[in-house]
Amino acid sequence: MSLTKNQKELTDLINTKCIDSNAILIGQDIYISSESINDVMKFLKEDVEMDFNFLTSITAVDYIEFIEIIYHLYSIDRNHRVVLKTKCYEIDNPIVPSISKLWKGAELQEREIWDLVGVEFSGHPNMKRVLLWEGFEGHPLRRSYLG
Amino acid sequence: MSIRTEPVTINLGPQHPSTHGVFRLRVTFDGETVVDVDPVFGYMHRGTEKLAETRSYVQIVTLTDRLDWVSSMSNNLAYVRAVEALCEIEVPQRAQFLRVIAAELQRIASHLMATGFLVNDMGAFATPLMYCFRERERILDLFEILCGARITLSYMRPGGVFQDAPKAFWDNLDALMKEMPIYIDELESLVTTNEIVLARSKNVGVLTAEQSINGSLSGPMLRASSVDWDIRKSNPYEIYDKLNFEVPIGKNGDVFDRYLVRIKEMRESLKIIGQCVDMISEGPVRADVPYNIRPPAGDIYSSIEAPKGELGFYLVSDQSISPYRCKIRSPSFMNLSLLREMLVGWKMSDLIVILGSVDFVMGEVDR
Repeated sequence: MSLTKNQKELTDLINTKCIDSNAILIGQDIYISSESINDVMKFLKEDVEMDFNFLTSITAVDYIEFIEIIYHLYSIDRNHRVVLKTKCYEIDNPIVPSISKLWKGAELQEREIWDLVGVEFSGHPNMKRVLLWEGFEGHPLRRSYLG
Repeated sequence: MSIRTEPVTINLGPQHPSTHGVFRLRVTFDGETVVDVDPVFGYMHRGTEKLAETRSYVQIVTLTDRLDWVSSMSNNLAYVRAVEALCEIEVPQRAQFLRVIAAELQRIASHLMATGFLVNDMGAFATPLMYCFRERERILDLFEILCGARITLSYMRPGGVFQDAPKAFWDNLDALMKEMPIYIDELESLVTTNEIVLARSKNVGVLTAEQSINGSLSGPMLRASSVDWDIRKSNPYEIYDKLNFEVPIGKNGDVFDRYLVRIKEMRESLKIIGQCVDMISEGPVRADVPYNIRPPAGDIYSSIEAPKGELGFYLVSDQSISPYRCKIRSPSFMNLSLLREMLVGWKMSDLIVILGSVDFVMGEVDR
């Protein structure tokens, strides 16, 4: 909302602060490389001007060729939002770094994504199913899931 | 002589009167003291997000009723707002007023449930709860006049509301508006200064502001920890920017503050409804929207301040008649992410009270 930078400037800033993030702007969405998620999130969270202290939600969407993980960040003090996306082409065994060390609130949501979409988060303290039971086969929100 | 002790793990739930649904908590005790908790979710998982992928945009409204069944209006509102944002639908002014009136009535009903069950969990068995239910009943009657249903309302549609409010609704609303402040005073006189309530809830289950923000908590839970954040104020939707109301803030982030924030929010909601009744003007209540909506390809995240916190919908459209993906960011689920921080170190009886103060509904947690 009141973020002084537009999406283009923000993308450039992420690129200069986190060199291996490969941030690119497609439409209105900022895409970053999955390896750099922790660096980029740490910068966005701790930078005084950015101050994204609230993790609104994490989502994953199965687009068949790739899985997209979407992060919605919000700054309570500055009242602005940002959406970050990352693509994961390893369909059979997608692994993305966990951001649960930065936000405690990420823990349950990452478990939910593992449960329903089947994206594993490396470095997560408790990577177990949360809504379905242990021993359930498949991940229901995958397009390949036939139920 | 030292006595050897060892921790004992017991199950709280899945069937337990204080768990508000089917929620299981594996608790490890050292004597009476909680040393570890391990929540087990999923007993009520109905696959709402998967079901949404095979239903049309209008049909999904009925699925949202069943998320948090004590605040169906707010769920409806959050969902239809996401669809409207995706399709860029303009909603008529009168419909926006009706939606806000309905959503605020629902907030009062939801907070009455939360308060009633919290006091119930403290050991005041059933009597205060029935006081709360009596008032909630009045609101459910209003909903019945409005749309024919009491719990699973489906009152809102993308583009407006299902129908205009009949005359009986306004008469009954007027009567309720006069009596509700008296009801809340009565409830407060029973609870707020009660010595047992104070002893059981002051400084119990404390969460600091930093902890709450870090754990993605929202709603009364976050505001009780002295964080001034309400989506109705920070990103006003519908007609909230034209209304004059306060956002109650707690000080200590304990069980008592959560209770008090809810009570104060009920009074603010009454203020909002009063202003809406004065300001509402005649007009259409529904935009011209086809039954089968085909939104342009793209994605959207839209959230509102539901009674329990930030309720958001993330919709992805592939131009077909049903969403490609419908993710629900439910406040109850997120508010449970700091269970361990809240519960560890407290006694067994406090555990029940702290759980009651979170005010979660399992339909929304398990989805």
